[in-house]
Amino acid sequence: MLLILQRDEHFLFINMSEINIVDAPPGTEGPGYFATSLDKVIGLARSNSLWPLPFATSCCGIEFMATMGSHYDLGRFGAERLSFSPRQADVLMVMGTIAKKMAPVLKQVYIQMAEPRWVMAVGACASSGGIFDTYSVLQGIDEVIPVDVYVPGCPPRPEAILDGFQRIQDLVKNESGRRRNSDYYRDLLGQYGIK
Amino acid sequence: MEETTLNNTIHVKLTEKFGEKVTAVSEPYGLLTFVTYKDVIVNVLSHLKEELKFNFLTDITAVHYPGKEHGIAVVYHLHNMVEKVRIRIKVFISEQNPTIPTATVVWKGANWMERETYDLFGVKFEGHPDLRRILNMDDLGVHPMLKQYPLEDPNRVDKKDEFFGR
Ligand code: SF4
Repeated sequence: MLLILQRDEHFLFINMSEINIVDAPPGTEGPGYFATSLDKVIGLARSNSLWPLPFATSCCGIEFMATMGSHYDLGRFGAERLSFSPRQADVLMVMGTIAKKMAPVLKQVYIQMAEPRWVMAVGACASSGGIFDTYSVLQGIDEVIPVDVYVPGCPPRPEAILDGFQRIQDLVKNESGRRRNSDYYRDLLGQYGIK
Repeated sequence: MEETTLNNTIHVKLTEKFGEKVTAVSEPYGLLTFVTYKDVIVNVLSHLKEELKFNFLTDITAVHYPGKEHGIAVVYHLHNMVEKVRIRIKVFISEQNPTIPTATVVWKGANWMERETYDLFGVKFEGHPDLRRILNMDDLGVHPMLKQYPLEDPNRVDKKDEFFGR
C-alpha cells in the first residue's frame, strides 16, 4: 500500500513539472522590468479564466457534458468553474434547440449577465435553427441576442466545442478595453432592443 | 377473430343507444372507428365510460381536411383496460365555427389534451375551464397545424436556393 502511494506521488510530481503556463503578452522587456499595455494584461487574465454559463436545452448539451468531463476537460482552458448564475458568468454557451417560447428566457439570461460578456452558439440549432425549420423553433439565437462565435455541427464534437471556446478566448485576448463603451457596440445591442 | 366479435358487440350496443348518430363504422387494423356528431359527443363519451367501461381517455387530437364542408375532425381515442380493447371516435366540425362541447366533464384529464388541440388547431371546446394555449408561445397568433399555414419559419435564411446554386 505504502509503495503504491509513493509511486503515485512520484507520478504526480512528474506531471506537475509538465504544466503549461501561458506566454506573456507582447511587450518590452529589459533587466528588471517588463512593460506592456493594460488591455493585453487584462485580456490575458480574462481569457484564461472565463466562466461559462451553459444554456443546454437538448442534444448539443449532452456533447457539452462530454466536453466538460475528464476526457476533453474544458477546465484545461481556464473554464473549470461553470457559473449557473448569469451575474457571474463571462460567456454564455447556448447549446441546443431554442423554441420560440424559450427566446424571452434566453434574452433575459443574456441581459442579466454583466459586461464584458460573450456568446457562443453551439450546434446547428442554436446557430440557424438546424433541422427544425418549423413554426415553433427560433431560427438561430442571433434573432434575439448577438453572437460572437458559431460552432457548426449537429452536434459538434467536443473538439469543435473546444475550438469554438478557443476562438472566444482569442476574442477576449484581443478586445480593447473600451470596446464595450463604443457607439458600434451600443448600436449592436440597440438592434436587439437591449440597453 | 375474438377482437372482431368484441368490436361487433360494442357496435351493436352503441347503435342500440344512439341509433343513426353512430355512422361510418370501420375497423382499420382491428381498431373500431366511428363518426358521431357534436350534439351527442359528450353523451357518447360518458356512455362509453360508464356502461362500456372505456375508462381511459388516451388522447384527443384533431385533423384538418382543407376544402371539405366539415373540415376539422376532432378525434378521441379511448381504452378499455379490462377488456384490452381500444376505440376511436371522430367528430367532424366546420372550419368557420370550430366548436365542440368539452370532454372535461367526463374526464378531468381531457383538460390539457383539449388545450393542446385548441393551441394547434383552434378547436374551441365549449365549457372548458381554462382554454389557453399550452405548447406555443401566447403571441403566436395562429393555430399552426391548420394547413393554410406554412410549416417552415419564414425567417429562415440559410436554405435559400441561391446558396446552393439553384
Ligand atoms: S444541432 Fe443537432 S445535436 Fe444540436 S441540438 Fe440541434 S438537433 Fe440536437
